[in-house]
Amino acid sequence: MRRPWLSLAVATAALLITAAPAMACGGLIGPNGAVNLLRTTTFAGYHDGVEHYVTSFEFAGGGGAFGSITPLPGIPTSVERGGDWTLQRLIRETDPIPDLAFFAAESAGGDALREAEVLLETTIDALDITILRGGGDEVGLWAQNHGFRLPPDAPEVLDFYADRSPIFMAAAFDADAAAERGQAVGDGTPVHLTIPTDNPWVPLRILGLGKGALETVEADVYLLTDTKPALLPKAGDFAESDGLILDHSAAASESLLADLRSDVGMEWIPETAWLTKVVVDTAAGDLDYDLAIDASGQGRPSAVDAGYAPFSTNPAPRPPVALYLLLAAVTVVALPWLVARVGASGPAARPPAAA
Amino acid sequence: MRLGRLPAAAVLLVVATAAAGCAAGPRTVTITIHYSAFDPPRLSVPSGVPVTFVLVNEDPIDHEWLIGDDAFHELHRTGTHATHGASPTEVTVPALETVRTTITFELPGTLAYICHLPGHEAYGMVGVLSVEG
Repeated sequence: MRRPWLSLAVATAALLITAAPAMACGGLIGPNGAVNLLRTTTFAGYHDGVEHYVTSFEFAGGGGAFGSITPLPGIPTSVERGGDWTLQRLIRETDPIPDLAFFAAESAGGDALREAEVLLETTIDALDITILRGGGDEVGLWAQNHGFRLPPDAPEVLDFYADRSPIFMAAAFDADAAAERGQAVGDGTPVHLTIPTDNPWVPLRILGLGKGALETVEADVYLLTDTKPALLPKAGDFAESDGLILDHSAAASESLLADLRSDVGMEWIPETAWLTKVVVDTAAGDLDYDLAIDASGQGRPSAVDAGYAPFSTNPAPRPPVALYLLLAAVTVVALPWLVARVGASGPAARPPAAA
Repeated sequence: MRLGRLPAAAVLLVVATAAAGCAAGPRTVTITIHYSAFDPPRLSVPSGVPVTFVLVNEDPIDHEWLIGDDAFHELHRTGTHATHGASPTEVTVPALETVRTTITFELPGTLAYICHLPGHEAYGMVGVLSVEG
């Protein structure tokens, strides 16, 4: 049985000094460290313990190289070119007049020292994608040695993610190569990652990477799950929004599922599913969390996945001190009494031997 | 070796105490860079004696440690130097590395040490050094 989970379509306009690629749920870093991500759209589907993460990197003109780093909940079994209309179709489903451009962007280049471990490398159009495993320092060093100009908040943000999942996707977008390939401004390169995991989540804090505390982060996150998911933080409606807005929550229409299923690599889409759209609209300084999802129907999204509790700080089983004290007290009181009683009764207390 | 914040603070406390109570002599001050912040953000050193700054970069990204007055920093805010190192007051500290530089401050006054890589000063990579007479 399939469980659609997360599909992250990033319709973003990343405005960089010369070229402007936009990306999904990743930090976007320009040649001078400047980042200006206008809006991001991402689609994440979860089904049968596998997360399908779809995002798009859009060529926005100009030249030079750009890079992005995206935290992942696990090691992808495949990274391939995504279908052509998944993200657009999702937007059309929830927004009557979709007028967003899908962007994604990145850059990079370099080599390494005590860097993160490279698990997978592939090229999709003008995108060089590398899946990394390592702590925040290792991933940061790899990025720096490969031409990413990381902003000053990167060390803390990378640690924030590496503590929970040491898997990252680095995407280098060569705008010059894109231009040589004949890619026109606005052309997107969708990327589809297949990630087995029992612990899906959507990275949100990374969207504020390189932004000033007061700068606004805007993103659309589409989720496709077997049942209505429980989210943490709980997304409110427009009236009670605190950075997350629950913009859509309903059973996915048959036409949507059929359209998605007909796109490249999307045959995993189940017969029925629940579509959720969460809009992120908050100041970067307030975006210190991720979106935890419980798609199991048990209604218990993980505080760790949301970034509210550090990974591996699950308290070790504490010794039952009170029980030990009680047993000790009973022993102190009862043992002398038992000894005295046994001594007083002597052999007579024994049951009579069988005849 | 990488020093945590507490050891760095302890070293500075010792240095500060020594500076206050001892005659002029070589001084060593450790400044740790962690999550793009200087620790400590304020310190004092005596004038007229060599002071060795041990700059420990715990971050996986490069940083700068440039110390000077307002005019000095205004110049570097618009500078185009890719790296520093020719002057003891202008130091590039590579990712996860430690760099030492020795400076003698001849006159009392207040200086600032700042990382002028793009966005780093705005992020808070600023410290204040008091040179005591």
